[in-house]
Amino acid sequence: MKTLTVSVVTPDGPVLEDTFEMVSCKSENGELGILPGHIPLVAPLQISAVRLKSGETEQKIAVSGGFLEVRPDKITVLAQTAEKPEDIDKARAEEALARAEERLKQKGQDEIDFARAELSLKRAMNRITVSR
Amino acid sequence: MASLRDIKHRIDSTQNTKQITNAMEMVSASKMTRAEQNTKAFLPYSEKMQEVVASIAQNNTDVSHPMLEKRPVKKTGYVVITAESGLAGAYNSSVLRGLTQTIEKNHQSKDEYTVIALGRMGYEFCKKQDIPVIKDVIGLPDQPLFSDIKDLTSETVQLYIEEEIDELIIFYNHYVSAISQEVTKTTLLPITQFDEQEESASEYEYEPSQGQILEVLLPQYAESLIYGALLDAKASEHAARMTAMRSATDNADDLIDDLTLSYNRARQAAITQEITEIIGGVAALE
Repeated sequence: MKTLTVSVVTPDGPVLEDTFEMVSCKSENGELGILPGHIPLVAPLQISAVRLKSGETEQKIAVSGGFLEVRPDKITVLAQTAEKPEDIDKARAEEALARAEERLKQKGQDEIDFARAELSLKRAMNRITVSR
Repeated sequence: MASLRDIKHRIDSTQNTKQITNAMEMVSASKMTRAEQNTKAFLPYSEKMQEVVASIAQNNTDVSHPMLEKRPVKKTGYVVITAESGLAGAYNSSVLRGLTQTIEKNHQSKDEYTVIALGRMGYEFCKKQDIPVIKDVIGLPDQPLFSDIKDLTSETVQLYIEEEIDELIIFYNHYVSAISQEVTKTTLLPITQFDEQEESASEYEYEPSQGQILEVLLPQYAESLIYGALLDAKASEHAARMTAMRSATDNADDLIDDLTLSYNRARQAAITQEITEIIGGVAALE
């Protein structure tokens, strides 16, 4: 079975570097599945989970604010934050979720605040789903 | 001449100061090592980011984006990175001097520029000098994480996108080595030059399109540049503080030597005087 080298890097340092058989993730345009030998590609990612598959096992990584660079034998995920399930602070994510929901309920706020609250809601939900 | 007790007192207090500066030197040395590691950890991200942005921008002359184009400058934004506290030699003052000189040279009125201050020293300096500060972050930790300044960087880049500012220049101390840091002034926005890539040969497919990718990528790129500068500046800060504290310790050593010498002289003079008095007393009795 052919494999791909996947590295996930953030401004705070590399998060993961390993070989997998398949990578699937959510790009801005929808779900993307990448197998070894894919043509070079660049695609921005949604706030979502990147799933790395190898045989029967699957590893998830929660990313936000990132994009994907694909080369035939190597994939690099560049993200502002990227966390493995075991590194996620679940309590903090839930607090953030509650806070964001609270903020979204308030009316009469300007668009930027609203958009910001929505983003943090997405990030929190993404973290919670991945850590499960 | 100062009395014995006075000299002793000064020696003691210098000794105390020396102990503190010595400890601070060692603390800064270990913080510097950490900061160097952080800078290294950031490298893969920034290099990759640069590679992708450069390959898009170079291969496609038809792609345009406001962040890549120069426009007439009505207002300049200065990002100024300083330390949270003093006691770091010329670290803060050299950055701030660079800033005031540039402002004096390029601007006539306060409407033409604004400052984004990272670090308490820079913020307080601008307040005192009546320099307009639009955003600030004070109380940055010694080993800042990207999340610590995420809001500031994205808001700053937003200022440029909304044409509040038409150019963004950053001032910080670049870490050359443990004993040398130099003030660096770089134009962050508009993004003009890319380091030449050796292997920008890889032609990418873009999903959804180049224009949209640039839309997402360029702000992130600019943000990562600010963070990179901050990490660099933090490493310099600890290095500058370490050097400053080492020379303070050395000076304290010199001072203690001098004081000990005069202490011994004074002690000897006192003994001599006492002997002379006794002998004088004995002579008077005979």
